[in-house]
Amino acid sequence: MSIRERLSGNEAIATAMRQINPDVFAMFPITPSTEIPQYFAQYVADGKVDTEFICVESEHSSLSACLGAEAAGCRAVTATSSAGLSFMNEVLYVAASSRLPVVLAVSCRALTGPININHDYSDSMAERDSGFIQLYAENNQEVYDNYLMAHRIAEHPDVRLPLMVCEDGFITSHAIENIELEEDAAVKAFVGEYRPENYLLKKENPLAVGPYGVSGYYMEARVAQAHAMMNAKKVILDVAADFEKTFGRSYGFFESYRMEDAELAMVIMGSSAGTAKAAVDELRAEGVKAGLVKIRVFRPFPGEELAQVLSGCKAVAVMDKSEGFSANGGPLYAETAGACFNLEQRPKMVDIVFGLGGRDFTVEAARSVYGRLEQIARTGETGPLYTHMGQREA
Amino acid sequence: MAYNLKEEMNKKDRFNPGHRLCAGCGAGIVCRAMMRAVDPEDRAVICNATGCLEVSSFQYPFTAWDDSYIHTAFENASATASGVEAAYNVMKRKGRIPEGEKVKVLVIGGDGGTYDIGFQSLSGAFERGHDLTYFCYDNNAYMNTGTQRSSATPRFANATTTPAGTESVGKKQNQKDLTQIMVAHGSPYVAQTTMFGNMKDFHEKAHRAIYTQGPTFVNVLTPCPRGWQYPAEDLLAICKAAIDTCIWPLYEVVDGEYRLTYEPKKKLPVEEFMSKQRRFKHCFKPGNEWTIAAAQEYVDKKWEDLLMKCK
Repeated sequence: MSIRERLSGNEAIATAMRQINPDVFAMFPITPSTEIPQYFAQYVADGKVDTEFICVESEHSSLSACLGAEAAGCRAVTATSSAGLSFMNEVLYVAASSRLPVVLAVSCRALTGPININHDYSDSMAERDSGFIQLYAENNQEVYDNYLMAHRIAEHPDVRLPLMVCEDGFITSHAIENIELEEDAAVKAFVGEYRPENYLLKKENPLAVGPYGVSGYYMEARVAQAHAMMNAKKVILDVAADFEKTFGRSYGFFESYRMEDAELAMVIMGSSAGTAKAAVDELRAEGVKAGLVKIRVFRPFPGEELAQVLSGCKAVAVMDKSEGFSANGGPLYAETAGACFNLEQRPKMVDIVFGLGGRDFTVEAARSVYGRLEQIARTGETGPLYTHMGQREA
Repeated sequence: MAYNLKEEMNKKDRFNPGHRLCAGCGAGIVCRAMMRAVDPEDRAVICNATGCLEVSSFQYPFTAWDDSYIHTAFENASATASGVEAAYNVMKRKGRIPEGEKVKVLVIGGDGGTYDIGFQSLSGAFERGHDLTYFCYDNNAYMNTGTQRSSATPRFANATTTPAGTESVGKKQNQKDLTQIMVAHGSPYVAQTTMFGNMKDFHEKAHRAIYTQGPTFVNVLTPCPRGWQYPAEDLLAICKAAIDTCIWPLYEVVDGEYRLTYEPKKKLPVEEFMSKQRRFKHCFKPGNEWTIAAAQEYVDKKWEDLLMKCK
């Protein structure tokens, strides 16, 4: 039986962590993810978990401690945001290449500068090539559900990759919403225990982790890691199918919202999708064939599947909530455009960078995007392929 | 049990031949001696910072280590070890490791990975009080990248980033006294040693460090033939000169109590140490006599300070 509750995204993650009862949690505070270890510290203080909770001296060390714990044979977790994720950068790559399935909660926040504590995906997008699986969520329920699925995906023998559960800083992390929690026992049964085959503390078979790999071996390791990320696609869907069977809520690589006959589509991520859905509903009521695709899984990127969904569209706007400084559009645009390149019937596609540093995104703003798509579909002219929206005029 | 070199050398090596360390490098001796200090019935997990030792002892698909080993990066060996220690604690608590089964967490890094880039994670781990022993093989510079100066490089040493030249007499600053800094962390056991004689000093300190509950630190002066520029066979003579000149005094600090473990019968002048290595060659040029006098003055002061602490 689900339990109806009202929780913030951070508390939803902390609750999921309590239910899973990980072996090791290494924490370092940073806004807006700090509440996650704070809630957890109270669970430790009240004896609700028997986790080794270590308060380390930096994010570099929190992830490093998680690596040590995972390699030693334990399930290890941490949480961070923004500069904290950037500070972990080096260790993220080591986690992935050492095939240590740490689960990292990220309350996504803008990167400095100027310094800013509000939401965009500058932090997580900067780590898109780190080898972590990345799951994104529209609301607190999805954050919680993604977290419940995270360990099973990451720890699967065909995958063995670390995973980021991303939520939108403040918007999702701090806003309190209705949520359906699952029973502790049901969560424990669903997630299961972590029992790796080989680990540092195994008596029978000492293990060596983190070798020097010369040119004659390095590429094999990298290719194996690339295959693991490809394997993750099937595992993500399998775990989602079991999740739906167990808890009744359905997840895929992305959510297609009113896309059946859509001519004008938006590709978007996170909480902004909720706002854009309201615009889609209004436009549909007005007879506009508008639809939306909300990306849940950014790594591995579901390129083929996404291209299939977009193939029937006339015009697509990719909404990037991070600025990649490529002078050629944001990361979501690069992935989406690349995925669609080999389609027989390619939609016209533009990139719109929006909402940086917590800049508001409204239903009206979303409607204006569809207005532009309608014009592109009608004239066949895209205008500038890469624009920013919602900022002050110079 | 009294130390017996023959018995110690009859133990099975837990750091094995076939590693790629240079001839005349001290690090291999440190590793073998460190592993001899782990009781044969106990296991160990070695957490190693990036450096010469890492690339030389675990080059895929070979490892020189009998025990479990992990390398993650340069600056985080102590943090990685914190995670291993936490895992050990929780697995014991949850019954996944039986009572009575002991695993010692050993951390090893060069001076770059310890004094400099790894200092934050080292300090953090010691403040938190994890049960681990950190061995620093201090070879006085970033040797894996080719002898760049570190905060452990002694004043006047010729390093590739502090070369001697017409306007330079080598490194400008004295060595950071990391051993004292580790004492200031309140560690229950901190020691300085090096390799000499029958290795008794090293062994006893290493064993005591490993079997003292809490974060313990052993700083080992570890000559590097490439960086210090000496013939491989001079390794032990250089170590002996370091302790007899009091450039590297041997002492231990147990719960804050200082104890000198070696006092030279006759304190030798610093030239005895410096003249054996070409990294100090420029100090012996006419006009640079003052460098040796300055080095002597510094060593004398540090030695007097230490004697005061040991009283």
